[in-house]
Amino acid sequence: MLEVNNIDVHYGVIQALKGVSLKVNEGEIVVLIGANGAGKTTTLRTISGLKAPTQGTVFLNGVDITNTSAQERVKMGISHVPEGRRVFPGLTVLENLELGAFLRKDRDGIAQDLEMVYEHFPILRERRKQLAGTLSGGEQQMLAIGRALMSRPKILFLDEPSMGLAPILVQEIFDIKNNINKAVTTVLLVEQNANMALQIADRAYVMETGSIVLSGTGSELMRSEEIKKAYLGG
Amino acid sequence: MEGFLQQVVNGITLGSIYALMALGYTMVYGIIRLINFAHADVYMIGAYVGYFCMTFLNLGFLPSLVIAMFVCTVLGILIEKIAYRPLRNATRISVLITAIGVSLFLQYGMMFFVSANVRTYPEMTGIMTKSINMGNIVISMQQIILVSITIILMILLQFIVKKTKIGKAMRAVSMDKDAAELMGINVDSTISFTFGLGSALAGAAGVLVGVYYNTINPLMGTVPGLKAFIAAVFGGIGIIPGAMIGGYFIGAVEVLVAGYGNSMYRDAVVFAILILILIVKPSGLLGKNTREKV
Repeated sequence: MLEVNNIDVHYGVIQALKGVSLKVNEGEIVVLIGANGAGKTTTLRTISGLKAPTQGTVFLNGVDITNTSAQERVKMGISHVPEGRRVFPGLTVLENLELGAFLRKDRDGIAQDLEMVYEHFPILRERRKQLAGTLSGGEQQMLAIGRALMSRPKILFLDEPSMGLAPILVQEIFDIKNNINKAVTTVLLVEQNANMALQIADRAYVMETGSIVLSGTGSELMRSEEIKKAYLGG
Repeated sequence: MEGFLQQVVNGITLGSIYALMALGYTMVYGIIRLINFAHADVYMIGAYVGYFCMTFLNLGFLPSLVIAMFVCTVLGILIEKIAYRPLRNATRISVLITAIGVSLFLQYGMMFFVSANVRTYPEMTGIMTKSINMGNIVISMQQIILVSITIILMILLQFIVKKTKIGKAMRAVSMDKDAAELMGINVDSTISFTFGLGSALAGAAGVLVGVYYNTINPLMGTVPGLKAFIAAVFGGIGIIPGAMIGGYFIGAVEVLVAGYGNSMYRDAVVFAILILILIVKPSGLLGKNTREKV
């Protein structure tokens, strides 16, 4: 479904990504792990259109989207939950969720999906009239994910959903991830928490200083000695 | 007491003008964190378009008002596209300086074309010459119309911002531009729309001032623009109801100082308010210090 071919990304003169290539097939959960600063978030931002690559191409379902606007990419089925949640703090939970469906015109479908999100995350229904800025970190993460699901995406990007959350909430988020699979089956997940991520991955890529250094299935990487030492605590 | 009430009437009238202009400053600051110095000159151009319509095209007050609003909308959108958008990723000070440049360009450009001399709006006829007397208080129809039009425009604006899709987009972009983009919102169009909206209100203010105060000149925007900006800061920059409250507050203060104090100090007091609010509560009356959760 998604093909990233040899992209280079620069921030001014600093090169953040060198020749990054990856693939996500329909129905897969693909994970991108790496330490802080490895370039994982930059990769996601380039695929979702927030940053343009200096070289290389991005294909979605066979269509070249390298120069397509972020807005267009949302229309084409990409939904990106950014690093740090980035909910709209001055809007209510409900308004945030409605914004996820901004491009949609099918009122019944939107209402249906709203129900679905409330079922996955009951706390959001409870707090639907509350300002998003007043929610706890975990609740904001659920809101950000729910909001991304409201566009009925074909592929979902999750950027470090566990960051800053208490371990018990991290469990919940990753558990719920299996429920999210009912709404959208193709997921590209970026995580520093390699342990949790590799457990649910079909395939995974490992990034270091802007390049992909290793790839394989989730179980392969979990068993790899290198990975164990570098990311899984020996 | 009656003298005071008369001043209140005058204050509400002046406050309406400041409120209309303050809204433009606050919306643009809210969405791209820019103090649009050229906004005051869009107001000036609105006044001139109104003058042109009424004097040379012999159009009535309302048609002239609408045309001026339309012209200013287009002008505001053009300014954003030509002068500010290319600097979207530049430092904030660069855009600020550019805004000053646009302001000077409009002022002196206008002077080149219409000369620096004052122009006078044509005499009003009919209902616009009437007034209502309540005891010793005189409320002119012009004042009533001016305030009514202002209130109608402000209600329209609130409706657009709170109840329409583009309004939601405006609010989203002002809170988090990247996240808004990820919702599929066209950030460029949303910003253009915001500029257009604010400029339309400035254009309306320009025509209303032309009718009410009669004379216009190419530099007429400078001082009212500054005061309207102060009104926006006072109410809470970036907050729409704040601009409305701020406008009326500054208008009232100015009129009361001129009426009861020394009219030499009317401007100074407004600037003193700016200094005070920045010291005491820089986020403005309705401003909150929003803490972001990580």
